[in-house]
Amino acid sequence: MFDDFFTRALLVGIGVAAIAGPLGCFIIWRRMAFFGDTLAHSALLGAVVAVLAEINLTLGVFLVSAMIAVALYFLQKKPSLSSDALLGLLSHSSLAIGLTALAFMTWIKVDLLGFLFGDILSVTKIDIVIVYASALAILALLLLIWRPLLAATVNPDLAQAEGMNPGRANLIFMLLMAAVIAISMKIVGVLLITALLVIPAATARRFAASPEMMAVIAAVIGVLSVVTGLQASLNWDSPSGASIVVAAFVFFLISLLPWRRFKGSLNK
Amino acid sequence: MSLVELKTAGLYRDQRWLVRNIDLTVAAGEIVTLIGPNGSGKSTTVKLALGIHQPSEGTALQKPGLRVGYVPQKIAVDWTLPLTVQRLLSLTTKLSVNETEEALEKVGIPHLAKANIQTLSGGEFQRALMARAIARKPDLLVLDEPVQGVDFAGEIALYELISQLRDSLQCGVLLISHDLHMVMASTDKVLCLNGHLCCQGTPKAVSENDEYRRLFGGRAADAMAVYKHHHDHTHLPDGRVQHADGTVTDNCHHEDGHHV
Repeated sequence: MFDDFFTRALLVGIGVAAIAGPLGCFIIWRRMAFFGDTLAHSALLGAVVAVLAEINLTLGVFLVSAMIAVALYFLQKKPSLSSDALLGLLSHSSLAIGLTALAFMTWIKVDLLGFLFGDILSVTKIDIVIVYASALAILALLLLIWRPLLAATVNPDLAQAEGMNPGRANLIFMLLMAAVIAISMKIVGVLLITALLVIPAATARRFAASPEMMAVIAAVIGVLSVVTGLQASLNWDSPSGASIVVAAFVFFLISLLPWRRFKGSLNK
Repeated sequence: MSLVELKTAGLYRDQRWLVRNIDLTVAAGEIVTLIGPNGSGKSTTVKLALGIHQPSEGTALQKPGLRVGYVPQKIAVDWTLPLTVQRLLSLTTKLSVNETEEALEKVGIPHLAKANIQTLSGGEFQRALMARAIARKPDLLVLDEPVQGVDFAGEIALYELISQLRDSLQCGVLLISHDLHMVMASTDKVLCLNGHLCCQGTPKAVSENDEYRRLFGGRAADAMAVYKHHHDHTHLPDGRVQHADGTVTDNCHHEDGHHV
């Protein structure tokens, strides 16, 4: 069944969405959507590096995103730099450098639209292995740093004072984000990765009573978005990444309906 | 050894000294209160003591394995984070249901266990933070203006609770307070800050001190006097000190004759 390109894309998409949901929760709790965007935009540069160095695409994207994540981690420790301006600068510069470098590499035929908007046709069997191995590793690490990361999200000083080592948790979290971006690039594309992180998490907020529950619901909504979006993309020949994000957005709109009132009227 | 110890500690940030020449120790079973005007470095001193900031000069030591319960001055939790009071309590430690209930009972909000923290009033949230800090049975309880937004009766109850906890847990308490008259009775040591250590001692010793009497009119002047006394010098942005007589010196020393 893995011979079917659609099944492969579906499997990879589900694996990515399941891990993007919980990480996405932290991104909205910490108001880091712009940070995610910056890492995502650097993914194109990573793709160029991967092609030039002839290494695996996912690995190349991860290495470059991870480098930028670590650089940002240390730059943000200096309070003199406005992190918003810094992110805006790095985000678009890295995207522009990626685009320019790609244009110069005339000897290699690269599907630019595939990078930018996702390309389910390019998902291989090896990708499935890479995605599930990484997703499991990301999940394990996230569980490991869950308590300190949550404590640091509520208040970094408190986490530091009570021996939670928030610096280490933050650094690991940034590397996990770089990893998720690397594995989701083929499915949703560079420009839409942040949406896969943020929208299911935002949708989950309405139904969650605890941080842990919100992470699980976000994962479920992400998976539903991938399944719906890819199916739509197959039916109507729409770009895979965009279709997934539209599906996620529709789920978000549905979540805005007055569910509590509906539940209340049923109980009467 | 004491739980935390600052020795001539100072913090230099953004081209100015936030605090300088701070000596501070907190021992087990001791309540130490920091007072001083806004921007005098009370919170900064606490953060140095806890190792949140590294001192730019001097030393800051924490007892190895020190278990801290900390109530920061401000906590802003994004509304997208669903957090009940119950869950907030186990933020940094696993707690049993009993421990959670006990802590909420102590601060007087057992009915709010399942409430979302975003729906709490300022005073209720402050109590929840306090419950969180004490639930983990700390060696050192650090409270940065713990009663902000709490009503008068609640304030008295919370300060009584702090004294009780000190007795039952034998923990040290480092307290920042604006209401010295409230904490006077239970405080062992008062440190008055103004960018550096202005004066310190037990409330009793300070009030029996001759100089203190001359300044504040004897014991009749209640504890508020300590808090409201006039600071005779200002710390300039470049770290120098301007004294009441208009002179400017590089640093702030008690022996340089400028202190009243």
